[in-house]
Formats: sequence, C-alpha cells, structure tokens
Amino acid sequence: MQYLKNVVTLNLNPALCTGCGMCMVVCPRAVFQMRDKKAYILDKDDCMECGACALNCKHGALTVRSGVGCAAGILNGLLRGTEPSCDCSTSTKNCC
Amino acid sequence: MDFQSFKPVAISAPTVSTSLDFKDRMGAVKMRLGFGRNHYRVEPGLYKVGKPDSQSDVLVSGNYKLSFDMLRKELSGLNLWILVIDTKGVNVWCAAGKGTFGTDNVVKSIKKVSLEHIVNHRNVILPQLSASGVAAHIVKEQTGFRGIFGPALARDIKAFISAGYKAMPEMRKMNFPMKERAKLIPNDFMYGKFQLLAILAGFFFFAGLDRSGFLFEKMLSTGLFPVLNIFCAYIAGIVLGPLFLTWIPFRPFAMKGAFWGVVSTIGLNLIIHVSAMEGIALGLVNVSVASFMCMNFTGSSTYTSLSGVQKEMKLAVPLQIAFVALGVILYILSKLV
Repeated sequence: MQYLKNVVTLNLNPALCTGCGMCMVVCPRAVFQMRDKKAYILDKDDCMECGACALNCKHGALTVRSGVGCAAGILNGLLRGTEPSCDCSTSTKNCC
Repeated sequence: MDFQSFKPVAISAPTVSTSLDFKDRMGAVKMRLGFGRNHYRVEPGLYKVGKPDSQSDVLVSGNYKLSFDMLRKELSGLNLWILVIDTKGVNVWCAAGKGTFGTDNVVKSIKKVSLEHIVNHRNVILPQLSASGVAAHIVKEQTGFRGIFGPALARDIKAFISAGYKAMPEMRKMNFPMKERAKLIPNDFMYGKFQLLAILAGFFFFAGLDRSGFLFEKMLSTGLFPVLNIFCAYIAGIVLGPLFLTWIPFRPFAMKGAFWGVVSTIGLNLIIHVSAMEGIALGLVNVSVASFMCMNFTGSSTYTSLSGVQKEMKLAVPLQIAFVALGVILYILSKLV
C-alpha cells in the first residue's frame, strides 16, 4: 500500500546517523533498513510523515515535516486559520 | 506536607480483568458506530494485571477505553502494571499525533504515580504508535526510565515480552487490511450527516421547480431521484471507496471516490431513465459527493501523509466545489426547459 509519489518530506542525513536503529524500531511503515551500519531509506514514498523517527532520533539525523494525513484535519485547519489539526474536540466530527 | 507521597499506590492500584464482559463489547460496538466517543474513558493512573511486583513490566497506555480494553484482553496469564495516561479519551496513535500522548505527559505520569518506588527496574514499555509523540530518550533523561517501544498492536505484546522485548519486523509495520477498513466505515458514515441532509433537502425542493413556478406535485413525483442519487453517492464514497481501497488503481483518495461516484451514477441511470441533462447534472454532484467522502477516509487510513493529502486536496477541493455548483445549475435548468 502506497500513497502519492514524490511528495514526502522525509530526509536522512547519513553524516549524523550513528546506526542506532531507533528509526527502524519506531517506523510503522518499514521505511528504514540498516546498510553498512547506517540507516537507509528503502522507499521514501512509503513514509506517512508521522514524525516518529525524527522525534526519536537523538542525533538529529532525520527531518520530516510531520502532521496529520487527514483531509478533515486539513479542512479544520483551513477553516480556523491554524495548522492542519485533527483536534476535533470543538466540532461534531468524531476524531480518528 | 504532601500526603500523596505516603499513599501506597502499589497496594491501592485497582486490578483489571483480562477478559471483556458484555458491557465492554457493547461499548466497543457503540464506539465503532460513533456514539459517545468523546466520553469513553478510563481513569488515568496505575492498574494491576494479575499480581505484579517490583520486578514486573510496566506498560504505558492511553485512556480511550476501547484501546485499554484491546490491550488488557491480550494480557491473560501475565503479571504486570499498566500506567494509563490521560489522552483525553483519544486512542494512542491519534493522541501521539496531537501531542497528548507525548513526552511531557509520559514524564508527568511516571512521576505522579512515583513509579520509581513501585518497581526496581527502570524500564517502561510504550506502544510503538506513541513514538510520533514520545521521544524515548527524553523520557529517560527526565525520569530515569528507559522507554522501550513495544509492538504496534496490542495483540503482539505477549510475543514481544517473551522474545526479550524484541518485535519482529511484521509487528512493527501497520497494515490496513479490508477487515480493519470495514470497522472504520460506520463512524465515517456519521461524519457528513447534516450536510448530506441539507443537500438532499435542497435537491428535493429543486425537483419541484418548473417554468410555471413551483409545482408541489412535480416535487413529490420527481424529487426522489436526486435524493436516491446523492444518497447512493454518499454511500459509495464512504463504503465502496474504503472497502475496495486497493482495487482502484488511482492513488489519490478523491479519485478513488470519484470513480465510485461515476459507477453509482451509471448504475442508477441504467435502472431509472431521466433526461440526459438531469442525468449529467446529478452525475456531477454524485462524483463530487463520493469524491469528498472518500477523500475524508485519508484520516482513517494508516498510510497517507500530510504532504500527500495537501497535494490532492489542492486540486480535488476546487473541482468538488465546481462540480456541485455546475450540477446544481444544470439540474435547475433541466427542470425549467
């Protein structure tokens, strides 16, 4: 299962990677693999930009513009003039 | 003096059952249907499963009762602690995305129950899907507890523990099989119910328009066709789109939905014959409605990215609005010619 091609903002800086493997642990989309004792992005298009890898990379080797891949959340944000947010507590939409 | 610190939490912590009763199951059905989801919560705090002691594992969980129930029913025969943190009744993954299942909350909750006095070891097992909100290394820095990310799904927790806190790669990857997608459909059904009713009422009214003004009889005799059309498109976008998600080759969800809008339009027009103009007018509305509803399923899916959804919406939303507007105009015209 894969979503749109060439849109994902995930970026790995191999110079900062220590090969700890944490990104492989937290990624729910199996984006990472270890090659030559460093993390390697198998297929970027698999990434859903949840941000787990970047948040848990203590060496700062990973960056991604993370957020909710949710149309209702993006509409919410547009209507309220805020960032895309699935915080629907104030609306009638039951959240994810 | 802080009396809270004298409270023997380890003794007073309630024990939870690892089997679900009738009420739990009914609660789960209600949640899937979307009733009272904002109030289905577990009191945050420390809970016991079996007879845990100072050596036992500590699992961290959110306080949405559906999530909590799914976790505890996988724990039969185990002795451990569950630290339920306050995620405002939201499931783990969404709460992590919002930041309520976040580093600060985990740190605060560990300190609040004085976990360091309850267990001798310094590990907590976090749900893998909380990783988008919890930085394990910061939890360790601030509490001394090492956060170990468990499997993505509660059903693998026993295998994870018995393998020495190791998850097989397939326990880490979120799949989205048809059965899981089907579970999410009823709740989405409720999402646009008011907007749907408004559109249906509008078209039912338009059906009565005539060159001579407004004919009540005409509304009653022809008004059900647009209502049927749009209702079917709504269902097509919510049910067929998600159910057959992988069968339709287009990647954008709005396109998948539009496809089903076309299918339902053709189907209905084969059964009931109307003027070409009315058929096309309703077809445009159907495509828009089905496309919009299916696009919303991006929020339920487990593989769509923010960048991707933004990209598809940039094109899809203006088109959806244009299709509805054009459809309404054409439909009204079809009643006047």
